[in-house]
Amino acid sequence: MNKRSTWALPYFIFLLLFVALPLILILLYAVQDGSGHFTFANITKFFSDKDALSTFALSIEVAIENTALCLLIGYPAAYILADNKLNPSAVTVVLFILPMWINALMRTLATAELFNMAGIQLGKGTLIFGMCYDFLPFMIYPIYNVLKKMDKSYAEAAQDLGATSSEVFRKVTLPLSMPGVWSGIMMVFMPTVSTFAISEFLTNNRIKLFGTIIQENINNSMWNYGAALSLIMLVIIGFTTLFQKDDRQESSRGGAL
Amino acid sequence: MKKVFAKIYIWLLLAVLYAPIIFIFVFSFTEAKSLGNWTGFSTALYKNLFSGTMQNSSALISALENTLLIALAASIIATVLGTIAAIGIFHLSGRKKQTMNFLNNIPMINPDIITGVSLFLLFVFLGISQGYVTVILAHVTFCTPYVVLNVLPKLKQMNPNIYEAALDLGATPAQALRKVLVPALRPGMITGFILSFTMSLDDFAVTFFTRGTIGLDTLSTYIYTDARKGGLTPELKPLMSIIFIIILVVLLFINIRQSKQQSSVKH
Repeated sequence: MNKRSTWALPYFIFLLLFVALPLILILLYAVQDGSGHFTFANITKFFSDKDALSTFALSIEVAIENTALCLLIGYPAAYILADNKLNPSAVTVVLFILPMWINALMRTLATAELFNMAGIQLGKGTLIFGMCYDFLPFMIYPIYNVLKKMDKSYAEAAQDLGATSSEVFRKVTLPLSMPGVWSGIMMVFMPTVSTFAISEFLTNNRIKLFGTIIQENINNSMWNYGAALSLIMLVIIGFTTLFQKDDRQESSRGGAL
Repeated sequence: MKKVFAKIYIWLLLAVLYAPIIFIFVFSFTEAKSLGNWTGFSTALYKNLFSGTMQNSSALISALENTLLIALAASIIATVLGTIAAIGIFHLSGRKKQTMNFLNNIPMINPDIITGVSLFLLFVFLGISQGYVTVILAHVTFCTPYVVLNVLPKLKQMNPNIYEAALDLGATPAQALRKVLVPALRPGMITGFILSFTMSLDDFAVTFFTRGTIGLDTLSTYIYTDARKGGLTPELKPLMSIIFIIILVVLLFINIRQSKQQSSVKH
């Protein structure tokens, strides 16, 4: 054992205090009533609260649709950007990250205003389109990174062995890019379920998502119910990550510049 | 043919992505209060912004200052903490390493709102009054993992014997850190710092839950409160336009210089 391994200790303590303990506190507050007594009332309240349940279902639905739309638009973009022949310059890649430096709320307000000017009624359609606009870079980047690092000789070998270009894509390129696709899905799906300000702006408060309910409860000092709702969200995150391999480390935001 | 389609697709997508930003930019040159209202060309909003003669100008300027100060403080702390942590994690093995990697992954997987709510509960639980310090600590929490992940690969690329050699030749561990480790890890540290700075600048949810009730505003929370009240401060339009132009110039400059360097290496 090397002595430099002790250098991890400060961060370990930091992580315990600011990551592990806060998550334990969510669990603790979720199973307490206002005066600190143990109860399951907050959890059962959610499952008997029709509004909360339908908001929850709608959030999941919107998140799935938004993620699918991002994937549909983002995959071809990532594919083109990663291809040296189709896209020889790195400047276009930078142009895709650039909007992320402009405040997301400001961009969202402008998007909503554009919908207004075009005479499009703010609602579920504008919500999904507007969120896709906000989260698209998070889908493009992981896929782009994986495609860029991919060994081109696999595709060439498949071609030499007589595969058509659509076969090369279906049987070689697509399977090899799946880690990036999963990272992208995670990075878009999770924020979409939990977003609150963005969804409020894009629908003019007509549609509430799960994040808004959590925020309202916490801000109205209903900490215990807010914690219970957060706990439900955490359970979903736990399930989603179980289905995903641990490949986000390399393919996530690592190469943003 | 395929190339033409690819070009059209990319530029069409970029046009859609930039439409709202161009929209803000265009409407920063008119005096109208609401975003989509054109009342003739005017640079009044820019003048207001710089002379500070608009309504609640001090609130907007202090929101901008807070945003920058918090981002700077959080990303510096995150870079130092994350680099030292990465060196430690690199030399760990087995279950300890797995535990550290697992814990380090949590803030990246957690949605903002969970990070925000959980830290809010922590500060309430510990009885810490919320303000600048809690916001900075919260930002350090979600930034540091990205520093760790960007420094670790540099450690793998590095020759492990150089550090030992420095020690053998009489350097103190602090000297060896400063003169051997830091130069080798610098590219990863810089990427981690820039990522941290960007994420801190753009954060809304975590700041929203950890800023307390002392009236601390960053640009994000300022815009949120402003928009919910109904009227967005018109001077936000020129401010956002200026920020955008600065970033555009800086990024294009860095990129063109990089590609020039790369091509000169190739030849």
